[in-house]
Amino acid sequence: MTLFDSLAQFFANWGAQLASTFLEKQRYLMLVDGLRNTLVITLGALAIGVVIGAVIAIIKYCGEGSRWMKPLCFLCDLYTTVIRGIPVVVVLLIFYFLILRSSDGIVVGIVTFGINSGAYMAELIRGGINAVDNGQMEAGRSLGMSRFQATVHVVLPQAMKNILPAIGNEMIALLKETAVAGYVAVQDLTRAGNLIRNNTYDAFNPLMVVALTYLLIVILLTWALGKFERRLAKSDKR
Amino acid sequence: MISVKNLRKSFHGTEVLKGITTEIDRGDVVCIIGPSGSGKSTFLRCLNRLETPDSGEILLDGVDFMDRKTDLDRQRRKMGMVFQQFNLFPHMSILKNLTVSPMMLKKTPQAEAEAKAMQLLERVGLADRAGDYPAQLSGGQKQRVAIVRALCMEPEVMLFDEPTSALDPEMVGEVLDVMRELAESGMTMVVVTHEMGFAREVGNRVLFMDEGIIREENAPAELFGNPQSERLKTFLSKVL
Repeated sequence: MTLFDSLAQFFANWGAQLASTFLEKQRYLMLVDGLRNTLVITLGALAIGVVIGAVIAIIKYCGEGSRWMKPLCFLCDLYTTVIRGIPVVVVLLIFYFLILRSSDGIVVGIVTFGINSGAYMAELIRGGINAVDNGQMEAGRSLGMSRFQATVHVVLPQAMKNILPAIGNEMIALLKETAVAGYVAVQDLTRAGNLIRNNTYDAFNPLMVVALTYLLIVILLTWALGKFERRLAKSDKR
Repeated sequence: MISVKNLRKSFHGTEVLKGITTEIDRGDVVCIIGPSGSGKSTFLRCLNRLETPDSGEILLDGVDFMDRKTDLDRQRRKMGMVFQQFNLFPHMSILKNLTVSPMMLKKTPQAEAEAKAMQLLERVGLADRAGDYPAQLSGGQKQRVAIVRALCMEPEVMLFDEPTSALDPEMVGEVLDVMRELAESGMTMVVVTHEMGFAREVGNRVLFMDEGIIREENAPAELFGNPQSERLKTFLSKVL
């Protein structure tokens, strides 16, 4: 047998296996469902995370040096410390089995990953605000703007340039983190792959398809993010 | 116009201003000189309350700056400030830098604010850069824009915090020229500076600060020509 024949044989076999793994009983639909759930959880969690993160960052930014804000700042610190100190899988299980007991797995996933990523977002956003030179706030105030006006019109637009790319990176991390949603019986992309493996005893193909799907989404996100960052950097051009 | 009495300010237990008392009249060009760490910049920043003094009195046209009830944001509009590091808003075009505060704070219509800004830009020779962003300008150009930005609020007094210290030597002149012209137009100015030539020629009064107090205060010719204190003599011998 020539090399060509054996290669042809190999691909023919692989094709047949792909067909039996994914096409039989329309098993590819499980992957489609899984991908949809993964994206729903990621986007939902991102929205919750951004809101929580922004609120906490602003409380901490405005609370610096203000006495009556101290308890609030303490609560925020407690939240970020606790969430960042516990593996997200454990937080997920706590929410599923203890706190939101009768809820749908996807809802639990969105809430858990949202609360989890909010803790990281808070630090991202705060860092982005703090990275803006203090002279900017002073320049705004010296012209007669209130602290709030200078924050909204001068500091935040510049902070955005630091924050948005970081949020994009957080979204990529979040997307991959959601792969543990299967722990609470959510049929996300990863779990869909697992189910197909269990049904077909084919480990290679489902895992590769799942891995490549994640990879493809991340590459797309990274590309879009880079484009976006270049647009934000417009005013830095010389 | 501005009256300062016994102004004191400490940072982390170190007293930087140890009782400053002085008067600044309308049309004055007051230059503040002195060694670094003598409290010059802190004093200037206390004048528009970017720094909060520990005690003392600051009156601008009779309005008490230390009173909690004083609307500081409103009062600051009467005092333009120019910083060592320019502090232009990098995310706005030059024209936007100049019009944002009049439009936001004084509700000046856009057309009027832009016309005023262009007219002032013309005066400092930068009208053709109105559409550029600050990063595209040289240091000297940035500082001229920063001066115009403050002028767009039509302040009654201009505060300068070492406006030429961050500039390449070749660009110092263009900024000083703008300041000189401003002084000649009758603007009240308080200038913290290391440019002794400027203080001598343009200032009508010079304050020598040292260790948190005004050690000597006089007309420039007198202060530079006939220094009284030992500290001022040593300082002048080093910088002149």
